Amino acid sequence: MPIFHARVLVNLRPSVLDPAGEASRAAALRLGVEGIETLRIGKAVELQLQAPDEEEARRRIELISDRLLANPVIENWSLEMKKL
Amino acid sequence: MTIGIVVFPGSNCDRDVKWATEGCLRMPTRYLWHEERDLSGVEAVVLPGGFSYGDYLRCGAIARFAPVLQSLVEFVDRGGCVLGICNGFQVLTELELLPGALTRNRELHFICDDVELQVDSNKTQWLSNYQVGDLLTLPIAHGEGCYQCSEDTLKYLQDNDLIALKYLTNPNGSLSDIAGITNQQGNVLGLMPHPERACDPLTGALDGQSILKALLCR
Repeated sequence: MPIFHARVLVNLRPSVLDPAGEASRAAALRLGVEGIETLRIGKAVELQLQAPDEEEARRRIELISDRLLANPVIENWSLEMKKL
Repeated sequence: MTIGIVVFPGSNCDRDVKWATEGCLRMPTRYLWHEERDLSGVEAVVLPGGFSYGDYLRCGAIARFAPVLQSLVEFVDRGGCVLGICNGFQVLTELELLPGALTRNRELHFICDDVELQVDSNKTQWLSNYQVGDLLTLPIAHGEGCYQCSEDTLKYLQDNDLIALKYLTNPNGSLSDIAGITNQQGNVLGLMPHPERACDPLTGALDGQSILKALLCR
């Protein structure tokens, strides 16, 4: 059965406060890096799974992205996937 | 009247709640391990504070899938009373028994302090001993207690009188000073402050007793 590699990127919705991102932006300024207007922190989840075809692999990953990896109330997610 | 306290790996206020309900208030209490499904004989359930499953992914995200919580959803549907304290509140939002989400405190600090709260609605059975406008002081201890939700959800909460408790001085950036909310039926209350830590005269505060005792009068 084919193996698929996926990377799910989870980001806070634009309307949600990101105090950790804001603190990191302030630290970047202290490092001497200027010009950073926004810095938002999310997470990347990498996974591999076996599935009969790409459509089924995508369906499974979308399900866990929506129900587990991200909370749609505060987060958006996007998916990159390739067949190994 | 038996109170059930759910124990997840990583819960750390479960024994505090048991001390409050059983030790201070003489209510029969038993623990409900996260893998249990049997809630028979339990008339109210407390989801305690702590770091369920290490709070991996997000606070409460993994706990949501615990077997005991599948039973809890049915328990709530039957009108059973549930109190989610701190991490328990976070779990209730992940479980979608309450709307919105709890996120990192505005100033990033973990805050451990006493806060003044105002009863904004006594629709929930847990606050039936209070009148709207009553003040109480309870401890908070959290890093992720900033309540956030969409504008539509906030309007829904306001229009349906579901905001149970508000901070007088907002410690964490919560939308609309929200410290606790309830559901449409009033049988579920989620709040960031810790009523169980204000039940023993030795700790110098007793305002949490009325919340826990409310269930005895049903």
